[in-house]
Amino acid sequence: MVIRMEELTKRYGAQTAVDRLSLEVREGEVFGFLGPNGAGKTTTMLMLLGLTEPTSGQVRVCGFDPARNPLKVKALIGYLPENVGFYDDMDARQNLRYIARLNGIPDRVSAARIAKLLEEVDLAKESDKKVGSYSKGMRQRLGIAEVLVKEPRVVFLDEPTVGLDPDGTSRMLDLIHSLSRDRKMTIFFSSHLLDQVQRISDRIGIMIKGKLVAAGPLAELAQRGLGGEAGESYSLEEIYMKYFKEG
Amino acid sequence: MTLHGIFTIYRKEMEDHFSSMRFLLITALIVMVGVIIASMVGMSMQEELKGMAKPDFIFLLLFTSTGKLFSFTQFIGLLGPLIGIILGFDAINRERSGRTLSKLVSQPIYRDAIINAKFLAGVTMITLVMVSLVLIIAGLGIRLVGVVPGAEEVWRLVIYVILSILYISFWMGAAILFSVVFKSTATSALASLAAWIFLSFFIGLGGGFLADAIAPMNQTADMAQATDDFIKNSEIQRAASLLSPMTLYGDATSTILDPLRKTPRSFVLMGPLERLSLSRFQNPLPLLQSVVVVAPFLISLIAITFVCFGICYLVFMRQEIRST
Repeated sequence: MVIRMEELTKRYGAQTAVDRLSLEVREGEVFGFLGPNGAGKTTTMLMLLGLTEPTSGQVRVCGFDPARNPLKVKALIGYLPENVGFYDDMDARQNLRYIARLNGIPDRVSAARIAKLLEEVDLAKESDKKVGSYSKGMRQRLGIAEVLVKEPRVVFLDEPTVGLDPDGTSRMLDLIHSLSRDRKMTIFFSSHLLDQVQRISDRIGIMIKGKLVAAGPLAELAQRGLGGEAGESYSLEEIYMKYFKEG
Repeated sequence: MTLHGIFTIYRKEMEDHFSSMRFLLITALIVMVGVIIASMVGMSMQEELKGMAKPDFIFLLLFTSTGKLFSFTQFIGLLGPLIGIILGFDAINRERSGRTLSKLVSQPIYRDAIINAKFLAGVTMITLVMVSLVLIIAGLGIRLVGVVPGAEEVWRLVIYVILSILYISFWMGAAILFSVVFKSTATSALASLAAWIFLSFFIGLGGGFLADAIAPMNQTADMAQATDDFIKNSEIQRAASLLSPMTLYGDATSTILDPLRKTPRSFVLMGPLERLSLSRFQNPLPLLQSVVVVAPFLISLIAITFVCFGICYLVFMRQEIRST
């Protein structure tokens, strides 16, 4: 198990953002974390990264407790926040080199890696332009390159496709899928859009109002959603809406 | 593991400062005005000293003599804080509004490396500005007045530069604190400026009101009573003015740069005996004694700078950093 959460809870005052969440993510799988806005997906990710402390419960990422050993965890994972920002007055290469340096990667090692990554995310031609002039899609792809520059074991992506046009979304999803296929990375990504989660995830978890209401492979969820009425095929959307209404 | 983080951020901050237009502008302005003031003082000294024996510590007069407007030290006391504010007011909230902060804290570096590196880079810039400014003026002085500073004068200048670096760093610390507390860079800039104006100009005014309220100076025929009232009143005013970093800095620098001043107080009550002893011992204070007089100010400046940075550090370490 790469990620393990047990009874994880986070409260902000009287409000419970994450309520007794127990979940496991296996090595090499793509886990889609689905839920409407404000369901507690980002808070869960922040706890996994050690950026915020859980009120109660346990977290392990690659065997480490992120609240106690944040540096060990942060060295092994890559995190792409929602609407990631860059230093707009630097070009793509300089942005990536800065992150590489923060990870203790010497420039002679990172130079080749950065060139290859920019090729992979299709930004090699624009790599000398200031990031301030990039489009939303280009920025998201640069974000992926930035996550990969430290060669992490686990990648956390928070709403990686939000605000992208259909073509950008499709390219992004292909890119995420290839990380798992070609690099054997574990991917934990959140989204509020069903079809995207459906397209690339091995397993999904549905979170509504801080509670994990369902988790498992899509087929299994569909079965459970069906209850006794066998033979009928439900789309994930119907399951999602069903939980959404119940929650 | 720990040092590469602080060093990387420090390096980037230094690059940013050197290419920052507003920092270059304010530095150019301060260097320009500083050099103009010092050269005006230098030229008038050249005129006055024609054919006369050169007095002691003439070199330091370049920095303390008021000339037509104000002295160089007064000028730094007044506008030095602007350098600190410009270096610090958007240190953290620029990263926050650019959404780079959440990315930065998810790298394998300690969170305090971010704020330490920013503070260190700022102090380095302040040191560079102050040292080069004093060196330029010293060079100008040697050319204009034609005297080489003695060892004691050099030491006094070194202490003056340290005091100035601390003073400007305090303002940078305050500005960084505002950049941690306020989300918008415009708010933190205005808050820093407001604090600067309040602490530099209005504390004195408020101190006057406070003193008049607590110890009013009544019109009485009784001389002893009137004197007592006056002493009390000015003591309160002075205590209030020590809340202002500008007063701390002004008192400390004028004592260290002017060996003839034996106390930072502007008002000293003297009886006939003191007056006699003062006129008989009109010698400059030795360096060590000047340092003793200045030490409390130096320590207060260090203390407020560290308290300011400490608060800033605590607030930043406790803040939750979300991407949205």
